[in-house]
Amino acid sequence: MKHLLSTKDLSREAAIAILDTAEAMADTQEREVKKLPTLRGKTVVNLFYEDSTRTRISFEVAAKRLSADVINFSAKGSSVSKGESLEDTAKTLAAMGADGVVIRHSSSGAAERLATSGWIDAAVVNAGDGTHEHPTQALLDAFTMRKRLHGDASRGKGLDGVRVLIVGDILHSRVARSNLWLLTTLGAEVAFVGPATLIPSYIQDWPVTVYYDFDEALATHPDVVMMLRIQAERMHAAYFPNTREYGRGWGLGLDRFRRLSERTLIMHPGPMNRGLEICSEAADSPQSTVTEQVANGVAIRMAVLYLTVAGVAADQTSEVTA
Amino acid sequence: MTEREAPVERTVLQQADVARALTRIAHEILESNRGSADLMLLGIPTRGVLLAHRLADIIHSIDPGANPPVGVLDITMYRDDLATQPTRTPGRTDVPFDIDGATVVLVDDVLYSGRTVRAALDAIRDLGRPAAVRLAVLVDRGHRELPIRADFVGKNLPSALRERINVRLAEVDGEDSIAVAVSE
Repeated sequence: MKHLLSTKDLSREAAIAILDTAEAMADTQEREVKKLPTLRGKTVVNLFYEDSTRTRISFEVAAKRLSADVINFSAKGSSVSKGESLEDTAKTLAAMGADGVVIRHSSSGAAERLATSGWIDAAVVNAGDGTHEHPTQALLDAFTMRKRLHGDASRGKGLDGVRVLIVGDILHSRVARSNLWLLTTLGAEVAFVGPATLIPSYIQDWPVTVYYDFDEALATHPDVVMMLRIQAERMHAAYFPNTREYGRGWGLGLDRFRRLSERTLIMHPGPMNRGLEICSEAADSPQSTVTEQVANGVAIRMAVLYLTVAGVAADQTSEVTA
Repeated sequence: MTEREAPVERTVLQQADVARALTRIAHEILESNRGSADLMLLGIPTRGVLLAHRLADIIHSIDPGANPPVGVLDITMYRDDLATQPTRTPGRTDVPFDIDGATVVLVDDVLYSGRTVRAALDAIRDLGRPAAVRLAVLVDRGHRELPIRADFVGKNLPSALRERINVRLAEVDGEDSIAVAVSE
């Protein structure tokens, strides 16, 4: 695998290979010595044009656990804030010998531009581009579901027949998009629910069932309820009257939480707005996977960095020797 | 890709020979360890794991009080040729016991360059600090690239570089045999 840009172009086989690799990585994270020598001598750059402490730290921990050198390059207080273009930044990183670039950008398609431009030869991992994709988040969500459903027997398995309901701001959510493509590829059935103003109008071609009423969607007894964060930073218009009204309509409050089966998984990519889209009782319940998602995020990012940075991409080797 | 003729293969060990070699290795392990105290076997996937289980069974049949635990040591992430190969999905490492202070016997089917064993020693170091690490292999075919040798060898099989050693075990290949194949 040369890059990881989206989950839409991942085959089922490739997706399961990433999840299985993450299983091996997760096992090493339970040892006393958590570090592996796998990326010794490699340099991974975290190129973050958008603030994200959680994702950046997760990638940083993942790269360090694999013994890579990590350079954090955030747009604030760097040459980017002085007006440097993505092309010049990429060429600078190439000149410094970066082997992998983890990029987060507010523009959809930024990761792909970096990967295909020829500015830099490094492996590119998309850590969120605009409202387009956030593939490692979807992979860690799938990993978390698989682990809860199959435990130690997870390897090699997909998510066939698992019914996932994704709730909230679908319009601005790259997490929802990446999850839709990946979960569908793995055999799951995905449904969206949210206020009509936050469901994209171009959705009818997507392999998804759409609800506008949360209670009606919950009545179908999904196996997984994935709450999305209300993204105030992407709201440039009034999509709903106020946060109280949003919480009443599409939040997982105490009433709705109590109506859920105890087997229904509750997921949230974080950071949570407690009391708005999710109540504390739901977030801290045994069926909530919120903290597992964080731990699994490190394992998934280790797997992705290993698969993209460690070796030569399969299509680049002319002769493979045993 | 052009059609190639099937390589000529010469069987050098049959099922009974494999069984005898493993029985001898089991005795040697018990002799050098002065019994089975603190003895643990770590197999390197795939066939090393099968051989480790067989050795544990034989050790148990020699000394019914001995039940050496068997673990699986995947060395993918410790290889020194990662940068020149397409990446492979790492397998499971399963060592559900404490190796600190134990005598760990590493088990593999073929000892060749020694690079797999070097990777395995690094992997063991991340799991703990055994009192000693020994190496048991079914076949030593020579051509070492590192200063590593086996403590217990089933069969020394000096080979040419262009030859392949095919180890077959009943659990995965339907039969026990060791054969030398010449690839053109």
